[in-house]
Formats: sequence, C-alpha cells, structure tokens
Amino acid sequence: MIVASPKSITELKSLITRHNRVLFVGCGTCVTVCLAGGEREVGIASYAIRMARKLDCEPLELTQMTIERQCENEFIKDLAEAAAKVDAIVSFGCGVGVQAIAERFPSKPVYAGLNTQFMGTLEEQAVWTEKCLGCGDCMLAQFGGICPVTRCAKRLLNGPCGGSSETHCEVDPDRPCAWQLIYARLKAIDQLDQLDAIVPAKDWSTSWHAGARKVVRKEHRV
Amino acid sequence: MMPATTPSATPFATPPLPWEPEIIAFCCNYCAYAAADLAGSKRMQYPANVRIIHAPCTGKIEMEHILDAFVKGIDGILVAGCLEGGCHFLEGNLRAHRRTDRIREMLAEIGVGEARLKMVNLSAAMAPTFVASVKEMVDTVRALGPSPLKEPQQLESEGTL
Repeated sequence: MIVASPKSITELKSLITRHNRVLFVGCGTCVTVCLAGGEREVGIASYAIRMARKLDCEPLELTQMTIERQCENEFIKDLAEAAAKVDAIVSFGCGVGVQAIAERFPSKPVYAGLNTQFMGTLEEQAVWTEKCLGCGDCMLAQFGGICPVTRCAKRLLNGPCGGSSETHCEVDPDRPCAWQLIYARLKAIDQLDQLDAIVPAKDWSTSWHAGARKVVRKEHRV
Repeated sequence: MMPATTPSATPFATPPLPWEPEIIAFCCNYCAYAAADLAGSKRMQYPANVRIIHAPCTGKIEMEHILDAFVKGIDGILVAGCLEGGCHFLEGNLRAHRRTDRIREMLAEIGVGEARLKMVNLSAAMAPTFVASVKEMVDTVRALGPSPLKEPQQLESEGTL
C-alpha cells in the first residue's frame, strides 16, 4: 500500500490561512490503513485546525468527508456537492488522490494534507517499511522475492557492498542488509545458484526518470 | 428637558460569577473511579471544579473525546488510569499514555498549552493520590487562567440563544 504521514498542524494551518470555508477529505483506502488520512485522522486534524483558527480569531467553516478512494473519479464525484460550498479542499489522500481531486475540481484550490512517503508494508503496529520503488521492471524473481533496488541503500544488483555489519546496513544500523536477506532466502528455497548469474546494469528507462508513466491495457479498454 | 437615561441592565441582574476552572477527569472503572469513590466514602474533600466521566478503561478514551472537550472550551482534563502493569485490559493505560502524550504535543503546537492535559496512574486504594491529583490539576489550571478557546460567558440577563 501507499504509506503517508501527517503534516504538522502549523503547516496545515498555513495551507488554508486565506480560506474561510474549507473541506477536509479523507481517503478510505491506503492512508486509512496507515493511520494517516482516514476518517478518524481527518477528524483529529479538524479538531486541531478548529482550535488553531479559533485562537487566531479567524472564522473557519470546516466540513469533513471521507470517500472510499480518492484516486478514482467514480468515488470523487461524491464530493461534488460538498466541494461546491467551500473555498478550498484539503485532501488527506496520497499525492495521487490530491491530484485526482484537483483535476476533478479545476476551479478549487486543492492542498495536500499528508506527506506521501512510499509503497510499503506494515511490519508491526504503526511501523511501515518501504518495499517497492515502482521501477517498472520487476526483478524480484532473481533475488528470492527481496528487492535490492528498493532495500539496498546502494541499489547493488550483484552482491553486497561489504560495508554491512552484523547483518545490518552500514547506512542505517536498524535496517537489515538486503543482500543478507537475499542470500538467506535463496538458501532457504534452494536457489543459491541464482547468485552465479551476473546481473547486467538495470534498464532505468522503465522508471520515472523520463517523467510520469502511463499504463494502457488494451484487452480491458472499452 | 430630556429625561435622564436609565441604565439598560435591570436592577435584579446578577453580576457575572468569578471564573472557576472547569475540569474533566476521565476515570477508568477499575482503579481511578474506584479511588474517587473511596475518596467520597472517606469524606475526603477535593475541589468541586472537576466533573468525573466514568470510562471502562483509559484505553477506551479516544483522542477525539479529549480534543472535542478542548474545542468546546474546557479548561483542563485529567486522565486517570490504573498503575502501569495493573490495567485490567493489560495495556489500555499504556495506550492512553501514548495518546495523551500526542495530544499534549498538539496542544503545545496549537498554543492551548500542554499543561491543560495530564495523565495520572493510581490504584483503587489510592484515594489520597486521586485527591492530590485533582487539587494539583485545579491549581495548575487556575494559574494558567481560562482556556483561550472558552466562549465568553453568557449572562442570564442576556437571555438564551
């Protein structure tokens, strides 16, 4: 899922400083699961902003609404009625949600209420780690299902750097060395021979370096 | 000659009462509420500024409950739970501690003041601790003054909205 984290109350307040009627929109998908932009988090942010604006003696009419998914027009259209009554919208979705709402309501200022972080997984309660970079050319099959492109600080494809200590990365002692994990995993599934192959330099043309990408699936087009 | 103007307020209007701190104490059923009950049974005196809300566990007190009270102008909130390790639901009080810590950070950032929210841990037998905590909270809030979010007091002579 996409993992995000909340912006500070000070930053949120400054985003809407020029508006008096604002809509806070939560998203019921990834950011609800990562406890950043669901119905509850939008409610808590609303309380904080109401207090902050009241202290500044600036009137604020704040409406809250959470839709199932901010990245799909089918769900965004439910916001139309509420959006018509406000001066600005703050999206508590990921960056995709913010932009999707901005496209749907071109005459309204739409601000991001969260900092979108990465695609990751829940390790334990309230701890998430990055697992996928979205490079567009998945190499997980070669590495026992552990991605060195995302999880190795140096993105090495042909073995560890030699800087790791006690199975952990030299860049961050809390982070396991991806190559240590790859070795252990390949050994466990009896595929250590995969490491004999020399992996050529990665083709990054499938990644985001050339700008926003597009996926078209002809078989599903209507 | 024009008659002298009469004061608009009726002679029977009561003067506004001096400000007294309004404090909510969220008390867990098994420890803090029992301690408050024991304080009452023992006729121990504590300030009447506190209104107790009986919660099944401090872990059930959501951040929204506390924030809503502050938005509505409460002057201070005391969250009273079991001793650490003594929660009847294992770790409800520890979770409440983390939540109150977060709200204290938010209150500081907003400018309401983190001292207006406090969490204490006590057992069912610690009635004197409960009384002392309430007194301390009232003194703290009295020193801070009314909540900056409090609406101006509506006078009886002004009628109801």
